Amino acid sequence: MPLSPDPYNLIISGIGGQGNILLSRLVGRLMFRAGYQVSIGETFGAAQRGGGVFSGVRISSKRLYGPVVPQGAGSMIISLEPLEALRMISGYGNPGVKALVNSEGIHPVAVLSQKASYPSDEAMSAAIHKATDKAWLFNATKIALELDAPIAVNIVMLGGLVATGALPLDADEVADEVKASVPPHLAELNLTAYRRGMQAVAGA
Amino acid sequence: MAAIDKYEPGTSHFLLGNEAIARGALERGVNFVTGYPGTPSSEIVPALAQCTQKGKLHAEWSTNELAAVEGAAAAATAGLLSLSAMKNAGLSLALDFITHLSYTGLGPKGGACLMVVCDDPHGHSSGDETDSRWLARFATAPMVEPMTGQQAVELVKYAFDLSQKHSAFVFYRGYTRLSHASNPITMGELPTGAPKASSDSSVSLNPYLSIDKHQDLLAKMEAIRAEFEQCPFNSYQGPEKPELVVVASGAGHLAAAEALETLGLEERVGLLSLATIWPLPTAWVVEHLKNAPQVLVLEEVDLFMEAAVKEALVDNGLGSVAVYGKGSGHIPMSGEMTPDRALSALARIFDMKAPARDEAYERLVQQEVAPLVISRGLSWCAGCPHRASFWALDKAIKADARDAYVTGEIGCSTLDVFPEGKAQIKLLHSMGSGTGTAAGLGQLKPFGYTQPVVAVCGDSSFFHSSVPRLINAVYNQADMLQIILDNSATAMTGFQPHPGTGNTAENTPAPRLDVAKVCESIGCQVTIADPFEVRATTKVMRELMGKPGVQVLILRRACELVRMKAAKSHPYRITIDQEKCKGAECAVCSRDFRCPALYLDPATGKTAFKEQICSGCGICVEICPFKAISKQEND
Repeated sequence: MPLSPDPYNLIISGIGGQGNILLSRLVGRLMFRAGYQVSIGETFGAAQRGGGVFSGVRISSKRLYGPVVPQGAGSMIISLEPLEALRMISGYGNPGVKALVNSEGIHPVAVLSQKASYPSDEAMSAAIHKATDKAWLFNATKIALELDAPIAVNIVMLGGLVATGALPLDADEVADEVKASVPPHLAELNLTAYRRGMQAVAGA
Repeated sequence: MAAIDKYEPGTSHFLLGNEAIARGALERGVNFVTGYPGTPSSEIVPALAQCTQKGKLHAEWSTNELAAVEGAAAAATAGLLSLSAMKNAGLSLALDFITHLSYTGLGPKGGACLMVVCDDPHGHSSGDETDSRWLARFATAPMVEPMTGQQAVELVKYAFDLSQKHSAFVFYRGYTRLSHASNPITMGELPTGAPKASSDSSVSLNPYLSIDKHQDLLAKMEAIRAEFEQCPFNSYQGPEKPELVVVASGAGHLAAAEALETLGLEERVGLLSLATIWPLPTAWVVEHLKNAPQVLVLEEVDLFMEAAVKEALVDNGLGSVAVYGKGSGHIPMSGEMTPDRALSALARIFDMKAPARDEAYERLVQQEVAPLVISRGLSWCAGCPHRASFWALDKAIKADARDAYVTGEIGCSTLDVFPEGKAQIKLLHSMGSGTGTAAGLGQLKPFGYTQPVVAVCGDSSFFHSSVPRLINAVYNQADMLQIILDNSATAMTGFQPHPGTGNTAENTPAPRLDVAKVCESIGCQVTIADPFEVRATTKVMRELMGKPGVQVLILRRACELVRMKAAKSHPYRITIDQEKCKGAECAVCSRDFRCPALYLDPATGKTAFKEQICSGCGICVEICPFKAISKQEND
C-alpha cells in the first residue's frame, strides 16, 4: 500500500517516563512487518529526567531513510502531552501535518518555580487545530487512570492512532502486537487500554 | 524484548544500533565484554550480558573505562575475542593504557579486541560533543564507523578480523544517531564451540624500546591502510563524471543520500561513503576525487575527514580541487549531521533553492504556536533523594554564611546546575571531578582561602574515580567535606549495577563494597544520614562544613526509580489540607522545592498534586512549613 507522503514521518513526543519509546517501537515493528522500511531515531539518557522526549519514526516503501526527520517535514505528530505537541508542530509542522494529542498537560518545573506559565487547555487546543490539517485531541491520561494504569497512556494513544486511519494498520494485528509486547499478566489491561483509545478517537 | 541470541539466522528484527553492534559481536564469537555506562553507549554491555555462557561469553560492568579496556585487552592477549564499550568521555580516562597498547599490539595468541566508543554529536545527553576520531590518530590506531544499523553488524565482524590479522586493537565508533536509532536487522549465524584461553609467557608485551615499537606500529598502520583500500564497506555511488563528490561517513551517508534525492542531484553528484575512518584509504579516495572539480565532506562532529581528505589531495598534487564543508562554512562547526544541513550545503553549492516551509504557515507557527511553547528543563524525578539532599545543602550553606563552595561531577547530581536545580554546584567537569577539585581548593588556606569546601559525588562515580582523588585529599591533608549521594545505582544511564550494589551485569551476586568502610580505611571521618530526614541532614552538614581534615557524609537512600522497580507500589498516599495550605503566599513545596508532582491550582489558589506523577515518597510532608501535607501508609 503506497504511503502518502513517502517517507511518512511520524513524530512521537511526550515527557520522559510516559512510554513514548515503547510506542514508537510498537509502531515501527508493525510497519516493518507490513513490508515498509523503517528507521526510528531517539534521544534518551539525560532527557528522561522530566524533559521533553521524542522519537522520529520514518516509514517508506522506497528505501531506508536516516533517523533524523528534516525540519518542517512531519507527516503526523502523536503527542502524549499537549505542550510537547505544540513544540513538535513548531519544528516539524506544515500545512499537511496531522496530530493525535493527549490533552492532559504536565507542567514543566519552570511553571512550578513560577518562571513560566503553562498555556490554557483552550489556547493549546486552538493552536493545535489551527496549525494542523487534522487533529484529534482526547484525554488519554483520564482513560489510563480509570483503568488504574497511568503508564498505559501510550497504549491508549496507539488505539487512537489506529482509529485515525492515518497509517495502514490492522486493528487485530495491532492488538496481537500489544499482547506480545507486554508481560502476560498485563495483557488484558493493555488490550482494554488499546480498545478504549480506539473508541475515544473513533467517537470524537 | 528477546535476548539478542534468541533470534534465528535469516530472520529480521527491529534492533537498536547498540544491539546491532552487540549482535555482530555475538555472530563473530565475542568472548569477553567489558564497559562502563555512558550515553549513548550503555545498551551494548547489557545486550551481551543477557547472552552470557560460562566459558564462552563473559560480560561485565567494570569499575571504570580504564579497568574496562585493560580487562578486554588482556583477554585478547590470552587469545580471546574481546570488546569494551564506553562513551567518548570514558575513552579519555582509558587513553594512558590505550596509547601503549598500540605499541605492544595484542601478542601472538591470535586474539582480537574492539574498543567501541560512542560519541554524542550535539551533546544530547553529554557535557561535551568531543569527536573521538582524533583519538584514533592520536593513539595511532585503526578506526571504523558504520553508516547504518545493518552495516553496524557486519562491520563489527570486519573489525574483529582486522584486529586478529594485525594483532592490533580496533576502535569502532558509534554515535547517537546510530546507537540510538532502531532499524530492522537481518540476523546471521551464531558460532558454536568454546575457546581456550592462555597466556604466552615466552614473550613480554611492553612498549619499550618505544622508538623501535613506534616504527613497527607505523608500518602496521600502513598495512592496515592498504587493507582499508579494499574495504567492502566503503562505496561510491553516482555518475562517472560527477560535478561534485560528497565524501560522507557515519550519519553523513544517509543525510547525503536524502539531500541528493530531495534536490534531484543523484545523476550529477557522486556519493563516496567511508566506513574506514583512520587511516584514510588515500589511494581509493584520491582515485574517486581526481576527476571531481569539487568535493563536499559530510561528517560529525569536527572536520576530521575533511582535514584528511585535504591532506590526501595536496599530497597527490590535487590541491586545486575545491573542498567544501566545515572549513568553508557550508556546514556548521558544531552539532550533529542532519538531512537539513546536507541539503542547505548542497543547495548553496549548486545555487538552488532549498525547500522551505510554506510562508503563510511559517507566519502562523511564529504567531500562534511558538509563543505558547515554554521550555521544559530537566529536573530530578518525583521522589528523587537528590532533591532533598540539595535542599538540605542549600539550607546548610545559607545558615553557615561563610560562602561555602560546592564542587560536583557527572551523574544525576549534575541536574543541580540545570535551570530547575538548586544551583549549589559551582565547579563541575567530569566523573569524580568534584573530589579532585575540592582536594585542590581544600589546600588553599595558606593563600587566604576561608570558604568551606564541599564536594558532591554519586555512589557509582565514587567507585569509578573518586576514590584515588579522595586518597589524594587525605594524603595532602586537604580540608573538605565529601558528600556521597548513595542512591544504590548508576541512575542517570539506566540503573546499571556497580561495586556497591551487590550484583553484576550478568545479574549474579557479587561482593558488595561498603562505601563507608572504603572511606574509613582511607582515613576519612564518616557520617551517614538519610536525606529524607531533611532537618537532621541540614544540621549534620552544618556541623561538618569547614571542619578540618577530610569529612565524608554519606546520604543514603535508594533512587526512587530503583525502589519502585522492586517494590511496585508507592509507600504513602498524600493529602493536602486545603485549609492549612497558604497557596501562592507560600508555595515553598512547588516554587522552591519543585517536586514535579505538586503545583498551584489556579482554580483554588492552593497546592494540588498530580496523581500520575506523585511517587508517594512523602518528602513534601517534611518540606511544608504549615504542616498542610500529610501522608498515610499505603497497604
